[in-house]
Amino acid sequence: MLSVVEIEHLTVQYPDVKALDDVSFTVKKGDFLGIIGPNGAGKSTLFASMLGLHTRYKGTIKFFGKDIRKSKDYLKEIGYVPQKPIFEKNFPATVNDVVRMGLRKESDANKVDEILQQLWIHELSKKRIGELSGGQQQRVFIAKALVNNPKLLILDEPVTGIDQQSIDLFYSILRELNSKQKITIIWSSHDLDAVNQLANHVACLNRTLFFHGESDEFFENDELVKQYSEASMQEHMHHH
Amino acid sequence: MSLEILTFSFMHRALISGVAIAILCSVIGLFLVLRRYSLFGDAIAHSSFGGIALGLMAGVYPLWTAYGVSLVSALIITKIKEKYDISGDAAIAVLLSSGIAVGLVIVGISGGFTIDIFSFLFGSILLVSVNETILILSLTGIILIVVLLLYRQLLYSTFNEEQAKVSGVPVEKINYLIVFMAGLTVVTSIQLVGVLLISALFVIPNVTAIMYGRGFKSTAILSISFSIFSVVTGILISYIFDITPAGTIVLLSIGLFAGTMGIKSMGLLSKN
Repeated sequence: MLSVVEIEHLTVQYPDVKALDDVSFTVKKGDFLGIIGPNGAGKSTLFASMLGLHTRYKGTIKFFGKDIRKSKDYLKEIGYVPQKPIFEKNFPATVNDVVRMGLRKESDANKVDEILQQLWIHELSKKRIGELSGGQQQRVFIAKALVNNPKLLILDEPVTGIDQQSIDLFYSILRELNSKQKITIIWSSHDLDAVNQLANHVACLNRTLFFHGESDEFFENDELVKQYSEASMQEHMHHH
Repeated sequence: MSLEILTFSFMHRALISGVAIAILCSVIGLFLVLRRYSLFGDAIAHSSFGGIALGLMAGVYPLWTAYGVSLVSALIITKIKEKYDISGDAAIAVLLSSGIAVGLVIVGISGGFTIDIFSFLFGSILLVSVNETILILSLTGIILIVVLLLYRQLLYSTFNEEQAKVSGVPVEKINYLIVFMAGLTVVTSIQLVGVLLISALFVIPNVTAIMYGRGFKSTAILSISFSIFSVVTGILISYIFDITPAGTIVLLSIGLFAGTMGIKSMGLLSKN
Protein backbone atom coordinates (compact mmCIF):
# COMPACT_ATOMS: atom_id res chain seq x y z
CA MET A 1 0.00 0.00 0.00
CA LEU A 2 1.29 3.45 -0.96
CA SER A 3 2.61 5.62 1.86
CA VAL A 4 1.17 9.11 1.93
CA VAL A 5 3.29 10.35 4.81
CA GLU A 6 6.48 8.91 6.25
CA ILE A 7 7.98 10.61 9.26
CA GLU A 8 11.36 9.37 10.42
CA HIS A 9 13.07 10.41 13.66
CA LEU A 10 11.48 13.85 13.71
CA THR A 11 12.98 15.98 16.48
CA VAL A 12 12.24 19.64 17.08
CA GLN A 13 14.29 21.49 19.67
CA TYR A 14 13.09 24.93 20.74
CA PRO A 15 15.46 27.09 22.82
CA ASP A 16 13.78 26.12 26.08
CA VAL A 17 12.09 22.84 25.32
CA LYS A 18 12.22 19.79 23.10
CA ALA A 19 8.85 19.94 21.37
CA LEU A 20 9.17 16.64 19.51
CA ASP A 21 11.57 13.83 20.35
CA ASP A 22 12.37 11.16 17.78
CA VAL A 23 8.87 10.78 16.36
CA SER A 24 8.43 8.23 13.56
CA PHE A 25 5.23 7.02 11.93
CA THR A 26 3.71 6.27 8.57
CA VAL A 27 0.31 7.11 7.14
CA LYS A 28 -0.94 4.96 4.30
CA LYS A 29 -3.41 5.79 1.58
CA GLY A 30 -6.97 5.72 2.90
CA ASP A 31 -5.95 5.93 6.55
CA PHE A 32 -7.96 8.05 8.94
CA LEU A 33 -5.43 8.85 11.64
CA GLY A 34 -6.52 10.46 14.90
CA ILE A 35 -3.68 12.12 16.78
CA ILE A 36 -4.36 12.56 20.47
CA GLY A 37 -2.33 14.12 23.24
CA PRO A 38 -2.55 16.85 25.86
CA ASN A 39 -1.85 20.53 25.29
CA GLY A 40 1.79 21.21 24.59
CA ALA A 41 2.23 17.63 23.36
CA GLY A 42 3.74 18.92 20.13
CA LYS A 43 0.75 18.42 17.83
CA SER A 44 0.92 21.92 16.41
CA THR A 45 4.69 21.67 15.97
CA LEU A 46 4.21 18.36 14.18
CA PHE A 47 1.67 19.88 11.80
CA ALA A 48 3.74 23.03 11.25
CA SER A 49 6.72 20.86 10.31
CA MET A 50 4.63 18.71 8.00
CA LEU A 51 3.19 21.79 6.29
CA GLY A 52 6.54 23.42 5.71
CA LEU A 53 5.82 26.27 8.15
CA HIS A 54 8.52 25.09 10.54
CA THR A 55 11.74 24.01 8.84
CA ARG A 56 14.24 23.76 11.69
CA TYR A 57 13.73 20.12 12.51
CA LYS A 58 15.95 17.04 12.55
CA GLY A 59 14.85 13.87 10.84
CA THR A 60 12.95 13.34 7.62
CA ILE A 61 9.41 14.08 6.52
CA LYS A 62 8.32 12.50 3.28
CA PHE A 63 5.03 13.04 1.45
CA PHE A 64 4.17 10.67 -1.38
CA GLY A 65 7.71 9.26 -1.12
CA LYS A 66 9.51 12.61 -1.51
CA ASP A 67 11.44 14.59 1.10
CA ILE A 68 9.55 17.85 1.71
CA ARG A 69 12.82 19.76 2.08
CA LYS A 70 13.45 19.18 -1.62
CA SER A 71 10.19 20.39 -3.09
CA LYS A 72 7.04 22.14 -1.94
CA ASP A 73 4.99 20.51 -4.68
CA TYR A 74 3.41 18.14 -2.16
CA LEU A 75 1.41 21.04 -0.75
CA LYS A 76 -0.76 20.91 -3.88
CA GLU A 77 -2.07 17.54 -2.77
CA ILE A 78 -2.90 18.67 0.76
CA GLY A 79 -5.91 20.42 2.22
CA TYR A 80 -5.30 21.99 5.63
CA VAL A 81 -7.91 23.10 8.14
CA PRO A 82 -6.36 25.15 10.95
CA GLN A 83 -7.52 25.01 14.55
CA LYS A 84 -9.01 28.46 14.65
CA PRO A 85 -8.55 30.43 11.49
CA ILE A 86 -7.47 33.95 12.33
CA PHE A 87 -8.81 36.79 10.23
CA GLU A 88 -10.15 40.29 10.73
CA LYS A 89 -13.77 40.09 11.83
CA ASN A 90 -14.93 42.64 9.27
CA PHE A 91 -12.71 41.37 6.46
CA PRO A 92 -14.66 42.05 3.27
CA ALA A 93 -14.62 38.48 2.00
CA THR A 94 -17.72 36.39 1.39
CA VAL A 95 -17.87 32.62 1.86
CA ASN A 96 -17.47 32.36 -1.89
CA ASP A 97 -14.37 34.62 -1.82
CA VAL A 98 -12.75 32.56 0.93
CA VAL A 99 -13.31 29.22 -0.78
CA ARG A 100 -12.03 30.61 -4.08
CA MET A 101 -8.83 31.76 -2.38
CA GLY A 102 -7.96 28.10 -2.05
CA LEU A 103 -8.32 27.51 -5.79
CA ARG A 104 -5.04 26.89 -7.55
CA LYS A 105 -6.58 27.11 -10.99
CA GLU A 106 -9.28 29.61 -11.82
CA SER A 107 -10.58 27.07 -14.33
CA ASP A 108 -11.82 24.92 -11.45
CA ALA A 109 -14.25 27.64 -10.38
CA ASN A 110 -17.30 25.41 -10.98
CA LYS A 111 -15.93 23.13 -8.27
CA VAL A 112 -16.62 25.85 -5.69
CA ASP A 113 -20.42 25.60 -5.99
CA GLU A 114 -20.29 21.84 -5.87
CA ILE A 115 -18.29 21.83 -2.63
CA LEU A 116 -20.40 24.53 -1.01
CA GLN A 117 -23.45 22.36 -1.66
CA GLN A 118 -21.76 19.25 -0.39
CA LEU A 119 -20.91 20.98 2.90
CA TRP A 120 -24.35 22.60 3.34
CA ILE A 121 -23.08 26.16 3.10
CA HIS A 122 -24.32 26.98 -0.37
CA GLU A 123 -26.97 29.36 0.94
CA LEU A 124 -24.33 31.28 2.86
CA SER A 125 -22.09 31.84 -0.14
CA LYS A 126 -22.75 35.58 -0.34
CA LYS A 127 -22.46 36.20 3.39
CA ARG A 128 -19.33 37.68 4.85
CA ILE A 129 -17.16 35.12 6.59
CA GLY A 130 -17.14 37.15 9.83
CA GLU A 131 -20.96 36.97 10.12
CA LEU A 132 -21.01 33.17 10.31
CA SER A 133 -21.12 30.99 13.42
CA GLY A 134 -18.03 29.02 14.43
CA GLY A 135 -19.44 25.81 12.98
CA GLN A 136 -20.32 27.46 9.67
CA GLN A 137 -16.89 29.07 9.43
CA GLN A 138 -15.31 25.72 10.02
CA ARG A 139 -17.23 24.21 7.12
CA VAL A 140 -16.11 27.09 4.93
CA PHE A 141 -12.49 26.32 5.77
CA ILE A 142 -13.03 22.65 5.05
CA ALA A 143 -14.55 23.65 1.71
CA LYS A 144 -11.49 25.78 1.00
CA ALA A 145 -9.24 22.86 1.89
CA LEU A 146 -11.19 20.52 -0.42
CA VAL A 147 -11.50 22.73 -3.44
CA ASN A 148 -8.32 21.44 -5.11
CA ASN A 149 -9.27 17.76 -4.72
CA PRO A 150 -6.57 17.02 -2.15
CA LYS A 151 -5.34 13.47 -1.56
CA LEU A 152 -4.71 14.25 2.08
CA LEU A 153 -6.63 16.38 4.54
CA ILE A 154 -4.89 17.66 7.69
CA LEU A 155 -7.13 19.03 10.44
CA ASP A 156 -5.80 20.63 13.62
CA GLU A 157 -8.27 20.10 16.52
CA PRO A 158 -10.96 21.75 14.50
CA VAL A 159 -13.92 21.55 16.91
CA THR A 160 -12.79 23.94 19.65
CA GLY A 161 -15.62 26.30 20.56
CA ILE A 162 -18.21 24.86 18.18
CA ASP A 163 -21.74 23.70 19.04
CA GLN A 164 -22.59 20.00 19.21
CA GLN A 165 -24.85 19.98 16.17
CA SER A 166 -22.11 21.45 14.00
CA ILE A 167 -19.60 19.00 15.44
CA ASP A 168 -21.87 16.05 14.53
CA LEU A 169 -22.29 17.39 11.02
CA PHE A 170 -18.57 17.92 10.75
CA TYR A 171 -17.85 14.34 11.83
CA SER A 172 -20.28 12.92 9.30
CA ILE A 173 -18.60 14.99 6.59
CA LEU A 174 -15.19 13.65 7.60
CA ARG A 175 -16.46 10.08 7.57
CA GLU A 176 -17.88 10.51 4.10
CA LEU A 177 -14.71 12.13 2.75
CA ASN A 178 -12.65 9.23 4.02
CA SER A 179 -14.94 6.33 3.14
CA LYS A 180 -16.56 7.51 -0.10
CA GLN A 181 -14.00 9.89 -1.58
CA LYS A 182 -11.01 7.90 -0.26
CA ILE A 183 -9.28 11.00 1.07
CA THR A 184 -6.57 10.20 3.60
CA ILE A 185 -7.13 12.17 6.81
CA ILE A 186 -4.82 13.21 9.63
CA TRP A 187 -6.76 14.77 12.41
CA SER A 188 -5.71 15.92 15.87
CA SER A 189 -8.47 15.79 18.44
CA HIS A 190 -9.32 15.95 22.12
CA ASP A 191 -12.40 13.85 21.73
CA LEU A 192 -11.54 10.20 22.36
CA ASP A 193 -15.10 9.02 21.66
CA ALA A 194 -15.05 10.71 18.28
CA VAL A 195 -11.63 9.27 17.51
CA ASN A 196 -13.00 5.85 18.44
CA GLN A 197 -15.94 6.26 16.05
CA LEU A 198 -14.14 7.83 13.13
CA ALA A 199 -10.45 7.01 12.98
CA ASN A 200 -9.05 3.69 11.88
CA HIS A 201 -5.59 4.55 13.22
CA VAL A 202 -4.52 6.30 16.39
CA ALA A 203 -1.30 8.04 17.38
CA CYS A 204 -0.69 9.14 20.97
CA LEU A 205 1.71 12.03 21.08
CA ASN A 206 3.28 13.67 24.07
CA ARG A 207 6.58 15.08 22.81
CA THR A 208 7.36 11.55 21.75
CA LEU A 209 5.09 8.94 20.23
CA PHE A 210 3.67 6.60 22.87
CA PHE A 211 1.47 4.60 20.59
CA HIS A 212 0.77 4.29 16.91
CA GLY A 213 -1.43 1.61 15.44
CA GLU A 214 -4.92 0.48 14.54
CA SER A 215 -7.58 2.21 16.56
CA ASP A 216 -9.08 -1.12 17.75
CA GLU A 217 -5.74 -1.98 19.23
CA PHE A 218 -5.63 1.34 21.07
CA PHE A 219 -9.17 1.16 22.41
CA GLU A 220 -8.62 -2.39 23.67
CA ASN A 221 -5.69 -1.15 25.76
CA ASP A 222 -7.48 0.12 28.88
CA GLU A 223 -4.34 1.57 30.42
CA LEU A 224 -3.61 3.78 27.43
CA VAL A 225 -7.24 4.84 27.03
CA LYS A 226 -7.44 5.81 30.68
CA GLN A 227 -4.22 7.77 30.53
CA TYR A 228 -5.23 9.68 27.43
CA SER A 229 -8.80 10.33 28.43
CA GLU A 230 -7.45 11.88 31.64
CA ALA A 231 -5.01 13.93 29.64
CA SER A 232 -7.78 15.04 27.37
CA MET A 233 -10.07 15.85 30.33
CA GLN A 234 -7.39 18.04 31.88
CA GLU A 235 -6.97 19.77 28.61
CA HIS A 236 -10.67 20.50 28.40
CA MET A 237 -10.52 22.04 31.84
CA HIS A 238 -7.68 24.25 30.66
CA HIS A 239 -9.81 25.33 27.77
CA HIS A 240 -12.79 26.36 29.86
CA MET B 1 -18.54 79.38 -15.73
CA SER B 2 -19.29 75.94 -14.36
CA LEU B 3 -19.30 74.25 -17.76
CA GLU B 4 -16.55 76.38 -19.17
CA ILE B 5 -13.98 74.86 -16.80
CA LEU B 6 -14.45 71.49 -18.47
CA THR B 7 -12.97 72.91 -21.67
CA PHE B 8 -9.59 73.81 -20.17
CA SER B 9 -6.86 71.34 -21.02
CA PHE B 10 -5.23 71.71 -17.57
CA MET B 11 -8.58 70.65 -16.15
CA HIS B 12 -8.67 67.60 -18.44
CA ARG B 13 -5.21 66.60 -17.25
CA ALA B 14 -6.16 67.19 -13.62
CA LEU B 15 -9.35 65.11 -13.88
CA ILE B 16 -7.73 62.26 -15.82
CA SER B 17 -4.75 62.08 -13.44
CA GLY B 18 -7.04 62.48 -10.46
CA VAL B 19 -9.28 59.59 -11.49
CA ALA B 20 -6.27 57.34 -12.15
CA ILE B 21 -4.79 58.16 -8.75
CA ALA B 22 -8.17 57.65 -7.07
CA ILE B 23 -8.44 54.13 -8.51
CA LEU B 24 -4.84 53.28 -7.66
CA CYS B 25 -5.01 54.52 -4.06
CA SER B 26 -8.28 52.69 -3.41
CA VAL B 27 -6.99 49.37 -4.70
CA ILE B 28 -3.58 49.45 -3.00
CA GLY B 29 -5.07 51.08 0.09
CA LEU B 30 -7.59 48.25 0.52
CA PHE B 31 -4.79 45.72 0.91
CA LEU B 32 -2.91 48.03 3.30
CA VAL B 33 -5.97 48.71 5.47
CA LEU B 34 -6.79 45.00 5.70
CA ARG B 35 -3.20 44.24 6.66
CA ARG B 36 -3.41 46.83 9.48
CA TYR B 37 -0.94 48.91 7.57
CA SER B 38 -3.13 51.99 7.31
CA LEU B 39 -0.36 54.43 8.18
CA PHE B 40 2.10 52.87 5.78
CA GLY B 41 1.13 55.37 3.09
CA ASP B 42 1.78 58.20 5.53
CA ALA B 43 5.23 56.89 6.41
CA ILE B 44 6.23 56.51 2.78
CA ALA B 45 4.85 59.93 1.93
CA HIS B 46 6.71 61.61 4.76
CA SER B 47 9.93 59.85 3.93
CA SER B 48 9.53 60.81 0.28
CA PHE B 49 9.43 64.41 1.51
CA GLY B 50 13.13 63.90 2.26
CA GLY B 51 13.51 62.63 -1.31
CA ILE B 52 11.71 65.66 -2.73
CA ALA B 53 13.96 68.04 -0.79
CA LEU B 54 16.97 66.10 -2.01
CA GLY B 55 15.82 66.39 -5.62
CA LEU B 56 15.13 70.12 -5.33
CA MET B 57 18.56 70.69 -3.81
CA ALA B 58 20.32 68.59 -6.44
CA GLY B 59 18.33 70.17 -9.25
CA VAL B 60 16.81 66.82 -10.26
CA TYR B 61 13.07 66.36 -10.97
CA PRO B 62 12.01 65.93 -7.29
CA LEU B 63 9.58 63.07 -7.88
CA TRP B 64 12.37 60.85 -9.26
CA THR B 65 14.35 61.18 -6.05
CA ALA B 66 11.09 60.75 -4.13
CA TYR B 67 10.42 57.45 -5.96
CA GLY B 68 13.91 56.25 -5.02
CA VAL B 69 13.63 57.26 -1.38
CA SER B 70 10.10 55.89 -1.00
CA LEU B 71 11.02 52.46 -2.38
CA VAL B 72 14.05 52.25 -0.09
CA SER B 73 11.87 53.30 2.88
CA ALA B 74 9.25 50.71 2.00
CA LEU B 75 11.91 48.02 2.01
CA ILE B 76 13.36 49.30 5.30
CA ILE B 77 9.95 49.20 7.05
CA THR B 78 9.37 45.65 5.85
CA LYS B 79 12.86 44.51 6.85
CA ILE B 80 12.64 46.11 10.29
CA LYS B 81 9.30 44.45 10.87
CA GLU B 82 10.63 41.10 9.69
CA LYS B 83 14.04 41.01 11.37
CA TYR B 84 13.62 42.85 14.64
CA ASP B 85 10.96 42.58 17.22
CA ILE B 86 9.50 46.01 16.40
CA SER B 87 5.82 46.30 15.63
CA GLY B 88 4.69 47.64 12.27
CA ASP B 89 3.30 50.89 13.71
CA ALA B 90 6.53 51.66 15.58
CA ALA B 91 8.62 51.03 12.46
CA ILE B 92 6.26 53.33 10.56
CA ALA B 93 6.60 56.04 13.22
CA VAL B 94 10.39 55.93 13.07
CA LEU B 95 10.48 56.25 9.30
CA LEU B 96 7.78 58.90 9.19
CA SER B 97 9.73 61.27 11.41
CA SER B 98 13.09 60.46 9.79
CA GLY B 99 11.80 61.47 6.35
CA ILE B 100 10.47 64.82 7.54
CA ALA B 101 13.62 65.45 9.60
CA VAL B 102 15.89 64.76 6.63
CA GLY B 103 13.72 66.95 4.42
CA LEU B 104 13.74 69.85 6.90
CA VAL B 105 17.50 69.71 7.34
CA ILE B 106 18.04 69.69 3.57
CA VAL B 107 15.60 72.60 3.16
CA GLY B 108 17.50 74.44 5.92
CA ILE B 109 20.91 73.81 4.35
CA SER B 110 19.75 74.97 0.94
CA GLY B 111 18.16 78.00 2.53
CA GLY B 112 14.76 77.95 0.97
CA PHE B 113 12.74 76.78 -2.04
CA THR B 114 9.63 77.02 0.10
CA ILE B 115 7.21 77.56 -2.77
CA ASP B 116 8.16 74.29 -4.47
CA ILE B 117 8.03 72.45 -1.18
CA PHE B 118 4.51 73.74 -0.56
CA SER B 119 3.20 72.28 -3.80
CA PHE B 120 4.51 68.87 -2.72
CA LEU B 121 3.19 69.17 0.81
CA PHE B 122 -0.34 70.00 -0.30
CA GLY B 123 -0.50 68.78 -3.87
CA SER B 124 -0.86 70.69 -7.13
CA ILE B 125 -3.14 68.64 -9.33
CA LEU B 126 -4.19 71.64 -11.44
CA LEU B 127 -0.56 72.15 -12.44
CA VAL B 128 0.05 68.58 -13.59
CA SER B 129 1.85 68.49 -16.97
CA VAL B 130 1.23 66.29 -20.02
CA ASN B 131 4.31 64.19 -19.22
CA GLU B 132 3.26 63.80 -15.62
CA THR B 133 -0.21 62.73 -16.72
CA ILE B 134 1.34 60.09 -19.00
CA LEU B 135 3.55 58.88 -16.14
CA ILE B 136 0.56 58.67 -13.77
CA LEU B 137 -1.53 56.76 -16.32
CA SER B 138 1.27 54.34 -17.14
CA LEU B 139 2.06 53.55 -13.52
CA THR B 140 -1.63 53.13 -12.75
CA GLY B 141 -1.99 50.76 -15.69
CA ILE B 142 1.03 48.67 -14.75
CA ILE B 143 0.12 48.39 -11.07
CA LEU B 144 -3.51 47.50 -11.80
CA ILE B 145 -2.43 44.78 -14.24
CA VAL B 146 -0.10 43.30 -11.61
CA VAL B 147 -2.92 43.39 -9.04
CA LEU B 148 -5.34 41.67 -11.44
CA LEU B 149 -2.82 38.98 -12.37
CA LEU B 150 -1.89 38.22 -8.76
CA TYR B 151 -5.35 38.91 -7.33
CA ARG B 152 -5.76 35.56 -5.56
CA GLN B 153 -2.29 35.56 -4.02
CA LEU B 154 -2.63 39.17 -2.85
CA LEU B 155 -6.03 38.56 -1.31
CA TYR B 156 -5.11 35.21 0.25
CA SER B 157 -1.90 36.41 1.89
CA THR B 158 -3.79 39.45 3.20
CA PHE B 159 -6.56 37.26 4.60
CA ASN B 160 -4.32 34.77 6.39
CA GLU B 161 -0.58 34.46 5.82
CA GLU B 162 -0.15 31.03 7.30
CA GLN B 163 -2.90 29.41 5.27
CA ALA B 164 -1.71 31.16 2.15
CA LYS B 165 1.76 29.71 2.72
CA VAL B 166 0.36 26.22 3.13
CA SER B 167 -1.54 26.71 -0.13
CA GLY B 168 1.75 27.46 -1.85
CA VAL B 169 1.42 31.26 -2.10
CA PRO B 170 4.91 32.88 -1.95
CA VAL B 171 3.84 35.10 0.94
CA GLU B 172 7.18 36.87 1.54
CA LYS B 173 7.47 37.89 -2.10
CA ILE B 174 3.86 39.05 -2.14
CA ASN B 175 4.49 41.16 0.98
CA TYR B 176 7.41 42.89 -0.72
CA LEU B 177 5.37 43.37 -3.87
CA ILE B 178 2.60 45.11 -1.92
CA VAL B 179 4.93 47.57 -0.17
CA PHE B 180 6.76 48.16 -3.44
CA MET B 181 3.49 48.98 -5.24
CA ALA B 182 2.42 51.12 -2.28
CA GLY B 183 5.67 53.08 -2.50
CA LEU B 184 5.13 53.80 -6.20
CA THR B 185 1.49 54.70 -5.59
CA VAL B 186 2.28 57.15 -2.80
CA VAL B 187 4.79 59.16 -4.80
CA THR B 188 2.52 59.13 -7.85
CA SER B 189 -0.31 60.48 -5.69
CA ILE B 190 1.70 63.28 -4.10
CA GLN B 191 0.75 65.52 -7.00
CA LEU B 192 -2.94 65.11 -6.21
CA VAL B 193 -3.19 65.65 -2.46
CA GLY B 194 0.38 66.21 -1.33
CA VAL B 195 2.53 64.47 1.26
CA LEU B 196 0.36 65.40 4.21
CA LEU B 197 -2.97 64.00 3.05
CA ILE B 198 -1.95 60.85 1.15
CA SER B 199 -3.14 58.40 3.73
CA ALA B 200 -6.62 59.90 3.48
CA LEU B 201 -6.86 58.53 -0.08
CA PHE B 202 -5.53 55.15 0.99
CA VAL B 203 -7.68 54.73 4.05
CA ILE B 204 -10.93 56.71 4.08
CA PRO B 205 -12.67 55.36 0.91
CA ASN B 206 -11.75 51.83 1.97
CA VAL B 207 -12.98 51.99 5.55
CA THR B 208 -16.15 53.58 4.18
CA ALA B 209 -16.63 50.78 1.63
CA ILE B 210 -15.89 48.02 4.18
CA MET B 211 -18.85 49.24 6.28
CA TYR B 212 -21.25 48.18 3.51
CA GLY B 213 -20.71 44.52 4.39
CA ARG B 214 -20.02 43.30 0.87
CA GLY B 215 -17.52 40.82 -0.56
CA PHE B 216 -14.05 41.75 -1.69
CA LYS B 217 -14.73 42.80 -5.27
CA SER B 218 -17.84 44.82 -4.41
CA THR B 219 -15.95 46.50 -1.58
CA ALA B 220 -13.15 47.43 -3.97
CA ILE B 221 -15.64 48.79 -6.51
CA LEU B 222 -17.46 50.83 -3.84
CA SER B 223 -14.19 52.22 -2.57
CA ILE B 224 -13.07 53.17 -6.08
CA SER B 225 -16.43 54.86 -6.71
CA PHE B 226 -16.24 56.88 -3.48
CA SER B 227 -12.70 57.86 -4.27
CA ILE B 228 -13.44 58.95 -7.85
CA PHE B 229 -16.46 60.91 -6.66
CA SER B 230 -14.42 62.77 -4.03
CA VAL B 231 -11.55 63.51 -6.39
CA VAL B 232 -13.61 64.70 -9.37
CA THR B 233 -16.08 66.72 -7.28
CA GLY B 234 -13.23 68.02 -5.14
CA ILE B 235 -11.22 69.26 -8.11
CA LEU B 236 -14.24 71.00 -9.66
CA ILE B 237 -15.49 72.60 -6.44
CA SER B 238 -12.05 73.77 -5.43
CA TYR B 239 -11.54 75.43 -8.81
CA ILE B 240 -14.93 77.10 -8.81
CA PHE B 241 -14.57 78.42 -5.25
CA ASP B 242 -10.82 78.92 -5.47
CA ILE B 243 -9.93 76.73 -2.50
CA THR B 244 -7.27 74.02 -2.16
CA PRO B 245 -8.15 70.80 -4.05
CA ALA B 246 -6.39 68.48 -1.58
CA GLY B 247 -8.37 69.68 1.40
CA THR B 248 -11.65 69.65 -0.54
CA ILE B 249 -11.09 66.11 -1.82
CA VAL B 250 -10.29 64.77 1.63
CA LEU B 251 -13.22 66.58 3.24
CA LEU B 252 -15.57 65.10 0.63
CA SER B 253 -14.35 61.60 1.33
CA ILE B 254 -14.71 62.23 5.06
CA GLY B 255 -18.26 63.37 4.28
CA LEU B 256 -18.98 60.05 2.57
CA PHE B 257 -17.47 58.23 5.53
CA ALA B 258 -19.59 60.17 8.02
CA GLY B 259 -22.69 59.70 5.87
CA THR B 260 -22.09 55.95 5.72
CA MET B 261 -21.66 55.81 9.49
CA GLY B 262 -24.93 57.71 9.84
CA ILE B 263 -26.78 55.32 7.51
CA LYS B 264 -25.27 52.37 9.34
CA SER B 265 -26.16 53.63 12.81
CA MET B 266 -29.77 54.07 11.67
CA GLY B 267 -29.74 50.40 10.74
CA LEU B 268 -30.28 51.12 7.05
CA LEU B 269 -27.25 49.11 5.91
CA SER B 270 -28.54 45.60 5.63
CA LYS B 271 -26.09 42.89 6.46
CA ASN B 272 -26.24 41.57 2.95
